[in-house]
Amino acid sequence: MGFYFAQLLTGLANASSLFLIASGLSIIFGVTRIVNFAHGSFYMVGAYLAYTLVTTLNAGIFGFWFSVIAAALIVGVVGLLIELTILRRIYRAPELFQLVATFGVVLIFQDGTLAIWGAEDLLGPRAPGLDRAVRIMGEPIPEYDLALICIGPAVLLGIWLLFHKTRWGVLVRAATQDREMVAALGVNQAWLFSAAFVLGAFLAGLGGALQIPREAASLQMDLSIIGEAFVVVVIGGMGSVTGAFVAAVLISVLNAFAILIFPQISIVLPFIVMAVVLIVRPYGLFGKPGSEHGGTEEPDQPLRLMSNQASMILFAAVAMLALSPVVVAEFTTILLVDVMVATLFAVSLHFMMGIGGMVSFGHAAYFGVGAYAAALSVKLLGFSMIPAMIFGPIAAAAAALFFGWFCVRLSGVYLAMLTMAAAQILWGVTFQWQDFTGGDDGILGVWPAKWASSDQVYFYIAFVLCIGGIWFLRRVAHSPFGYTLRGIRDSKTRAEAIGVDTKFHQWMGFTLAGALAGLAGVIFAFSKGSVFPDSLGIAQSIDGLIMVLLGGIHALAGPIFGAVAFVMIEDWVTRLEYWRFIFGGIILVVVLLAPDGIAGGVQRLLRAVMPTKKGDAA
Amino acid sequence: MSPVLSVRNLAKSFGGIKAVQDVNFDVGKGEFLALIGPNGAGKTTCFNMLNGYLKPNTGSVKLNGKELLGTPPRKIWRLGVGRTFQITETFLSMTVLENIQMALISYHRRVFDLFSRATRLYVDEAMALLDLVNMSEQAQRACSELAYGDLKRLELAIALAHEPALLLMDEPTAGMAPSERIALMALTAEIVEREGVSVVFTEHDMDVVFAHSHRILVLNRGELIAEGTGEEIRANATVQEVYLGGGTLFEEELAHA
Amino acid sequence: MSLIRRTVLGALATLPLVGFAPQAAQAADEIVIGEVNSYTRLPAFTEPYKKGWQLAVEQINAAGGIDGKQLKVISRDDTGDPATAIRIAEELVSKEGAALIFGTFLSNIGLAVADFAKQKEVLFLASEPLSDAIVWSKGNKYTYRLRPSTHMQAAMLAEQAAKLDAVKWATIAPNYAYGQDAVKAFKSELSRLRPDVEFVTEQWPPVFKIDAGSTVRALEASKPDAIFNVTFGGDLAKFVREGSLRFLFEDRAVASLLTGEPEYLQPLGNETPEGWIVTGYPGTDITTDSHAAFAKAYIDMFGEEPKTGSIVGYNSILSIAAALTKAGSTDTAALLAAMEGLEVADSPTGPFMFRAADHQSTMGAYVGKTSLVDGQPKLVDWNYADGSSYLPSEEEAAKLRPAD
Repeated sequence: MGFYFAQLLTGLANASSLFLIASGLSIIFGVTRIVNFAHGSFYMVGAYLAYTLVTTLNAGIFGFWFSVIAAALIVGVVGLLIELTILRRIYRAPELFQLVATFGVVLIFQDGTLAIWGAEDLLGPRAPGLDRAVRIMGEPIPEYDLALICIGPAVLLGIWLLFHKTRWGVLVRAATQDREMVAALGVNQAWLFSAAFVLGAFLAGLGGALQIPREAASLQMDLSIIGEAFVVVVIGGMGSVTGAFVAAVLISVLNAFAILIFPQISIVLPFIVMAVVLIVRPYGLFGKPGSEHGGTEEPDQPLRLMSNQASMILFAAVAMLALSPVVVAEFTTILLVDVMVATLFAVSLHFMMGIGGMVSFGHAAYFGVGAYAAALSVKLLGFSMIPAMIFGPIAAAAAALFFGWFCVRLSGVYLAMLTMAAAQILWGVTFQWQDFTGGDDGILGVWPAKWASSDQVYFYIAFVLCIGGIWFLRRVAHSPFGYTLRGIRDSKTRAEAIGVDTKFHQWMGFTLAGALAGLAGVIFAFSKGSVFPDSLGIAQSIDGLIMVLLGGIHALAGPIFGAVAFVMIEDWVTRLEYWRFIFGGIILVVVLLAPDGIAGGVQRLLRAVMPTKKGDAA
Repeated sequence: MSPVLSVRNLAKSFGGIKAVQDVNFDVGKGEFLALIGPNGAGKTTCFNMLNGYLKPNTGSVKLNGKELLGTPPRKIWRLGVGRTFQITETFLSMTVLENIQMALISYHRRVFDLFSRATRLYVDEAMALLDLVNMSEQAQRACSELAYGDLKRLELAIALAHEPALLLMDEPTAGMAPSERIALMALTAEIVEREGVSVVFTEHDMDVVFAHSHRILVLNRGELIAEGTGEEIRANATVQEVYLGGGTLFEEELAHA
Repeated sequence: MSLIRRTVLGALATLPLVGFAPQAAQAADEIVIGEVNSYTRLPAFTEPYKKGWQLAVEQINAAGGIDGKQLKVISRDDTGDPATAIRIAEELVSKEGAALIFGTFLSNIGLAVADFAKQKEVLFLASEPLSDAIVWSKGNKYTYRLRPSTHMQAAMLAEQAAKLDAVKWATIAPNYAYGQDAVKAFKSELSRLRPDVEFVTEQWPPVFKIDAGSTVRALEASKPDAIFNVTFGGDLAKFVREGSLRFLFEDRAVASLLTGEPEYLQPLGNETPEGWIVTGYPGTDITTDSHAAFAKAYIDMFGEEPKTGSIVGYNSILSIAAALTKAGSTDTAALLAAMEGLEVADSPTGPFMFRAADHQSTMGAYVGKTSLVDGQPKLVDWNYADGSSYLPSEEEAAKLRPAD
């Protein structure tokens, strides 16, 4: 009995940590509708700052708690600077575009932290006065855990009072529910947004600072927490602080007991819980309908067929690409294959997000399933290259068919998070199931058939499949199927009222996008000769998302621009020291110069150069 | 002649509140039927049951003898019911013409066609429909640029695309200037007459109601309290009392929107 | 600010080099070697490693190079992604004209590059990755590995563990290939030496996401006599802190893989547990002449003490230099022939050789106990465990490899 009670307390202490970071994320999303990837960075910086302050002051109980608060306040100020200099300028950009900026911030913080605090993990001291364990029902419980168990609900109470007893808090709640209404009341929105962002950053910093007595400050902290923080926010319902608390408790306590029975489950447990919650409650436990979308935005422009001029430029570009292996060095051919694979992947994601209006944070699932299916069919079934290349996309389509059935029942950020859950569950299984998937050691020796093994020949195989796939998706975008998808995105009600089975149609769109992502995965697998769980990892999904958003979600050419720019720039900057800093900086510059993405920026540029021509929204 | 639509014993309650009880009426071919009543009288509830968005507790709704209840909205559309919305629902990222083409593509069951160019399908038919609502000149404009009145007309054209037997129009003139209202309803009436379509509409603007409807149904507290021509309804004492007694004047209704 | 300026200027300077045209062949008087590692993903481990090989390159070049040719290492960051690592390896070989490739830390990247080496027929010296698969189940003709593998280090610990009275063992390892391999190797080695031991529980926390409190409690619940630990980095710090808070390590022996390496040990600071049996590297406490010379040169050059990575980086270049000298050419066939049974007689850690049968080097590790000396974590009572004693015989090892 005592044992289980102690396990419960451990779970609750973890819940408090998780709640602190998730609450800030939820507040930021609720008010500003920004999906803040940089939230993990705030958490990490909070921990490092607290480490420095605690060890420098070295002043006992008072010094410790002062350091924790001070670190959180500094992070709040950092958050304010980011909001003022970057985010404030792009609130009017298309939905989710701001997450590209926060991604840039993540990169900059990673190198900034490395430059300031160094590479080694920094293990801070235990909390003075709370550095031992007490016996409860005979079981040792760390005093600091008990402190955390109190701090979590205390912060929740603090936020509740802030939201219910101050004018500002009331406005924040109002803004979470109905932004237009608050604007109509004449409230200064900019100020409200800044304040919400600062509060969120402060809470993340606080969460990080409070971890100092529990774990070492490390450079992995940012990315290791962010996924789980999102999960907690989504389970609770976007924008609901109480929901975040309940969700944090749910996940942490479940985990504390689950590892007693089935330790391997730990890695996927939060995502399984999230998937189950979302299937039962499409807006999370405490979320309300309407909490899933960003602010209102300008509708897309109608698709136009390309002008002759644009077609000629495109044709020339494709022809140049086709001829490139003759001219350029061998390694460049390899780079170009990577560019084409990334482009097909991004185009397939754009088909889902841009055309279908279904945002995915887990598109890598289908890329990875394609790659793994091809690799496994080679290894286990003895397939040769061509049948494996056919099998891969079919397997990816099957996976998309399965997960898509659940996903299309949701919308907005909830849909996005369910796709992420699907991807993370697949990743977790692949990563841990060594006997079947090879686990982290992956599957090796998936090289092209003898006749295709030269870099040039493989380039042409990749060329035909990638350009073919991209052409196909473009064609579909202009077809009745694609138009219907866009129609459903524009107005589900209208689509339903002209006889379209909207869910079924979206489901098929999801599956098609998955199949094409799978094709990209297959080409990738054979070009690298090996497959690893990274191919279905979150980083791969996020890369795709950044490509699409950076390129411009409103243009068919957007993902192409985005993918080419992303891969080429990354290939170039990784040669440099502190490349993440530079890459992040480049992303921020692009974001600020072209809030409608590269495609939008290029269009405006063309219009400026050729003022008489009307831009081709191709 | 048998009615196009026949509604029998329709009833719906939310919790303990009876939103609609025991409503019966028929709509004849080519008939222009208005459904009116003060706010909260059950018009919208009634309407949403006709088009499949709400499930009634009891009753039956038959279109040309076919039961509609339990049928999802998209199938009701397929059976020949077109509809417009109180707040327009169109595909804002498409052109005016494309909006109509979408309805035609769906009508001809080609939404799963992956290879044709959507913009090249049914252009003539779509143009003909735009002609009906006098919008052929705006065919290539982006839907997002249209004035509200034009959106309403566009919606009307979309609703006519599958040659429906019945049009359901939920507050067709809501949000429009008074002069536009008359014009839109005149246009609707003209088309309806020419095409032989039946119409059921709800409306706040009594001028519109009296000017165009062939017959009027008055709902109050979920019950049908009167039905008849414009003249009869004006003269009806119960109706007078409901509107006057309920504190809602006809004049006040006019000022609405 | 100067950091930013310097990086931006550096960035601009390299811009023209990112050409599409093949680059001019390298100067005739140098040998280009390609190097890939996870510099941004795992700087704590890869930075000391980089310094180690830089020192060796400088020393060799100062002494006249190899047959009069200077060594030039072109080093790139793989960003922690196997696919990127392969692309870079390709570029190093075909654009930069690298004679061979070395490096990598993460096992999956090591395996990816090894497979690439096989496909492109180029020599790859896997410096740091530990996975047994690199030389055994997925070994190939073109790949050699320097650092003592998971199996070897687990065997070293099992040898010490077998001397304990402990019968009931619990294991805790990150749930992926490395942890799974380590637990498997430790179990089989210990069971071989001590058939009476039983393993009462296994904990598999996700890597870098350990729920330390709950895991500690789960271990405690099985009441083991001793614990075998494979967690590392941030997970290890959390595990140690939670474990000591909850008295998990009271009266319990712990055998812990790699924890004696300065990279893992130093961050534990004054929380360092007393008396864990670990594999690692005692740094400047090694007093052999060759190590003292190495340590002095390293400290002179970088102003800090060498870590495990430093020694691995240093020995990598020593191995490569030996191979190049023995081969007398940069031709892959000659290099492969040279690698078979290649002996590196005078390394800071003592002599070692590359076994012809399974391409594993016999470089060993130091087995000792953790302790706090003057508030600083230290490896004490250590011994050098020569790698050859913890490897299966060459004949047996050859059977573990796929036919080439």
